[in-house]
Amino acid sequence: MSDAYIFDSVRTPRGRGRADGGLHEVTALRLSALVLDALRNRCEIAPDAIEDVIWGNATQVGEQGGCLARSAALASGFADTVPGLSINRFCASGLEAVNLAAAQLRAGLGEAYVAGGVEMLSRVPIGSDGAAIAVDPTLAMEKCLVPQGIAADLIATLHGFGREDVDAYAVQSQQRAAAAWEDGRFHKSVVPVRDINGLMILDRDEHMRPETDMAALAALKPAFREQGEGMPGFDAVALMRYPQLERVNHVHHAGNSSGITDGAAGMLIGTRAFGERYGLRPRARIRATARVGTDPTIMLTGPVPATRRALEAAGMEIGDIDLFEVNEAFSAVVLHFLQAFGADPERVNVNGGAIAMGHPLGATGTMILGTLLDELERRDAATGLAVLCVATGMGAATVIERV
Amino acid sequence: MSDFHYRLGKDGVAVITWDMAARSMNVMTLAGLEDLDALIGIALDEPEAKGVVITSGKPDFAGGMDLGALVALRQQAGGFPAQGLFEGLMRIHRLFRRIEQAEKPVAAALPGTTAGIGLELALACHHIIAADRAEARIGLPEIKVGLFPGAGGTTRLVRKLGLLAAAPLLLEGGMLPPRAVKSLGVVDDLTPPEAVLETARDWVLAAGPDEITKPWDRKRHRIPGGGPYSREGFELFAGAAAMVNGRTQGVYPAARAALSAIYEGALVPFDTALRIEARWFVNTLLHPSAEAMIRTLFLDKQAIEKGARRPATHPVGKPVKRLGVLGAGMMGAGIAHVAARAGVEVALLDADAEAAERGKAASARLTEQAARRGSLNPGAAEAVQDRITPGTDYTALADCDLIIEAVPEDPGLKARVLAQAEAAAGPDCVIASNTSTLPITDLARALQRPGRFLGLHFFSPVEKMLLIEVIRAGESGDAAVARALDFAGQIGKTPILVRDARFFYANRCIIPYLHEGLRLLDEGVAPALIENAARLTGMPVGPLQLLDEVSIELAAGIARATRAAMGARYPDAAADRILSAMLDAGRAGRKAGAGFYDYDTRGKRQGLWPGLAELAGGARVDPDLAEVKDRLLFVQALEAVRALEDGVLEDIREGNLGAVLGWGFAPWSGGPFSWLDMQGIDTALARSETLQATHGPRFTPPKLLHDMARDGRQFHAPLAGQGAA
Repeated sequence: MSDAYIFDSVRTPRGRGRADGGLHEVTALRLSALVLDALRNRCEIAPDAIEDVIWGNATQVGEQGGCLARSAALASGFADTVPGLSINRFCASGLEAVNLAAAQLRAGLGEAYVAGGVEMLSRVPIGSDGAAIAVDPTLAMEKCLVPQGIAADLIATLHGFGREDVDAYAVQSQQRAAAAWEDGRFHKSVVPVRDINGLMILDRDEHMRPETDMAALAALKPAFREQGEGMPGFDAVALMRYPQLERVNHVHHAGNSSGITDGAAGMLIGTRAFGERYGLRPRARIRATARVGTDPTIMLTGPVPATRRALEAAGMEIGDIDLFEVNEAFSAVVLHFLQAFGADPERVNVNGGAIAMGHPLGATGTMILGTLLDELERRDAATGLAVLCVATGMGAATVIERV
Repeated sequence: MSDFHYRLGKDGVAVITWDMAARSMNVMTLAGLEDLDALIGIALDEPEAKGVVITSGKPDFAGGMDLGALVALRQQAGGFPAQGLFEGLMRIHRLFRRIEQAEKPVAAALPGTTAGIGLELALACHHIIAADRAEARIGLPEIKVGLFPGAGGTTRLVRKLGLLAAAPLLLEGGMLPPRAVKSLGVVDDLTPPEAVLETARDWVLAAGPDEITKPWDRKRHRIPGGGPYSREGFELFAGAAAMVNGRTQGVYPAARAALSAIYEGALVPFDTALRIEARWFVNTLLHPSAEAMIRTLFLDKQAIEKGARRPATHPVGKPVKRLGVLGAGMMGAGIAHVAARAGVEVALLDADAEAAERGKAASARLTEQAARRGSLNPGAAEAVQDRITPGTDYTALADCDLIIEAVPEDPGLKARVLAQAEAAAGPDCVIASNTSTLPITDLARALQRPGRFLGLHFFSPVEKMLLIEVIRAGESGDAAVARALDFAGQIGKTPILVRDARFFYANRCIIPYLHEGLRLLDEGVAPALIENAARLTGMPVGPLQLLDEVSIELAAGIARATRAAMGARYPDAAADRILSAMLDAGRAGRKAGAGFYDYDTRGKRQGLWPGLAELAGGARVDPDLAEVKDRLLFVQALEAVRALEDGVLEDIREGNLGAVLGWGFAPWSGGPFSWLDMQGIDTALARSETLQATHGPRFTPPKLLHDMARDGRQFHAPLAGQGAA
């Protein structure tokens, strides 16, 4: 059995996911190809050196439909003999791409993969690919489905996180992200996006608001109260599953939830033999992976069981992990993780996260794993765990260790 | 004898008139469908017929489907009822499609009330003209008996109006005045009542080819507001699923099935959508909940209202022309109002002349409300008010056929006014007390003619609640009982006839429910869990909220009286402890502005009072949801069985109906007796015994349950059990 190693990791800056966002003019295809080419050029590998491109994307319709992975491979400098596989595990798609590549390498299938993902939320909005689970009564009613924001508020209510708690976490995310950019901690991996003539389009995450403070956040109205308490009344559905609660405490808003952004990220993953052939030094070994299903109503609690399962697979304990990246889908998701494990907050999302920098769904998993790897190297620490909550009640995790 | 008649007019318009023999209201039967099919065939084949009008020979169009026909369809299918029902429905779809796709114009002319399949038939026509009559009602009430419109109405209405406008009509089952359904777009035209047929004929003669093609039979038809995977429709469909889920708490299979038929149907062509609608309708019809709801809320309700429990010895007499009401408080005013709306003259008496006037004013407010909603035209509204004469003088009772006493629950006061009323009334007058707590037999002692006296227990608010308990005391005569039951029908209420015993039937069962809520609180169960668990059983209101509504003071008073009557055997000390702690805390319920819940200054409920946590004396337990749900339902259902055993209740039909209409016992179950059947008597017995072991003798299963389990009996035979099935 061959181990899987990460040889390189790149990401684009994250543009605001709106019509006036920095990457709005760029197609999902071009942004994907740009990441593939960056990896190929940085690692100087042959155009046909990889087995497959595994590409995560949460909204596979329109320009992101039609197996974007294959299109991206064809649009890049890789050879036409390199196929492509589009996958979707919603917000964890980019992590699953890595995990799947690692699993195939362990199974002896090929020597190297490009794994990553893309999401152009300014161009292909969330939900535009439809979802039976939201509208088909046989499932939506049976499983008491509510939107993610309601689920995040439900986590906060159930675990006792008040408005101040979730806002304070968000302020910290902004401060950490700003400090990390200031300190140049992302430079190793961020690939600026240039136009067809080489002119700069975007070279920095543009969603960040480093000046955010508690007072600014306190002024924001809870974003999900109306659809929860008013029409159509999702809270009543959530309480059918959590009848011990009288009501859902609506604490989340745009300032303490992940930002809607555009972006792409990718990694080159291969066997040790592959690295030796191209003179590439393995940066980390993928030690364990996990994927779980959880209660779909509360939906976003997956990071806790996914982490437990990954640790079990790695034969490790929570204290063995030096750094964590827990995707900041909503403040309460991270606070729930911290509460469940009693983890040291100084080891979790140390360079900020999706609240400050944004969450391009299909790309985020790869991005946070890359951020984790960079930071392990900067600190000369050994082990890291990246984990994401996933819509409809799932979770995915990856444990890496430097070699 | 055909249910439909055919006549080809000289103008070339074929008129098909629905006019069932020997019935005041048309209902659709299997034979009726065949008649209609044949006549439609004639009209479409006959070259002289230019078009068709379908109308009624009666003041109303139709009351809906004869649910017996569905039972018959099921029976005909023998061991495979799904097949028989599905095929039967597809026959209806083919007939309605034939009308809809006819090359001749077909108009529906609705002279009055049009319900259920009557409206579904109209929706299959090319054009719907309704008489503008304020008292008529048009709608699809199927959901109220656990079904949904299954003769194409669901599919057609969504395509005609879009999900947003169609969903309330399909899923709430409201029957609306013609003007309301016109403004929603359900019917196409309103005319004066006398012109309905002519307007329909004119439309048929003038209709062009474009007007006889339904939007959904054209290319590229789009559901108004969009289908589930359109940009604007996605949220609409997601929201509808959530809204229905929250409101029904997951216990009504018909609501879920209707929404599935809508969702799946919206994704396919029209004829495929009809087939899907049929599949979900069959699925619903075969669900035990639909069976139970049909039995209780349709078959049994109808039987009871037709006098199944009326003393056979007494022929139906003249309706009550003049009613005396003693006490013009909330109940008295409500009774006066519903009687006046039914055309009864009312003498509304109170010791205080101003109070009597206030009672009349309260009725006026309800009348105005009805007029505003279009369910009463202004002339009729004025007539209603004119029928109520407030006053203080008992001589106004001289020519009353019925007198209802509704003064405060003070035995002395009641005895006094009852005796005075009897003295003022004629010898034939029936006198009733609207007491909810005092034994009728005791009150009867104040009267010279106890044979003419009984209890008539109205529920609050009178204008909304559909049930009346008629309480027969020891000496109440059949004539009095018959008049009371007839009067209930006259004012549009459903009566159940019960024997006199403490709390009669309804309160006897609802009090244990309230007390179980208090006990749970006393044990340290989270108040939210108590309330939510109750709603998840299908109870419309949790016990703590209900206590706030009825007033904690009243509940404490009842508990005090009960304790005095029972002495050492009184079992509800835990409940009393909470009630008096609430009163000590100055929280007497909603009217007091503070109870188990907090209220804002306008009386709007805010949230559970945070102080409740301390009432349990610091105890905190987290029982299973299933345990809490079972306690809340078994405590009611077992009491209902005891009432039957004791003879307070003589007929389980009344036990089911009274529970659903009187206090909202899990309507999806069809009432406590059918709920026990659904559990399985064996299972219910075992569960009661477990609950008894853990929680005490209030869960001791009555002997009747033991006997039934031993003999393998149930309270009800399956609906299709009679005959071939």
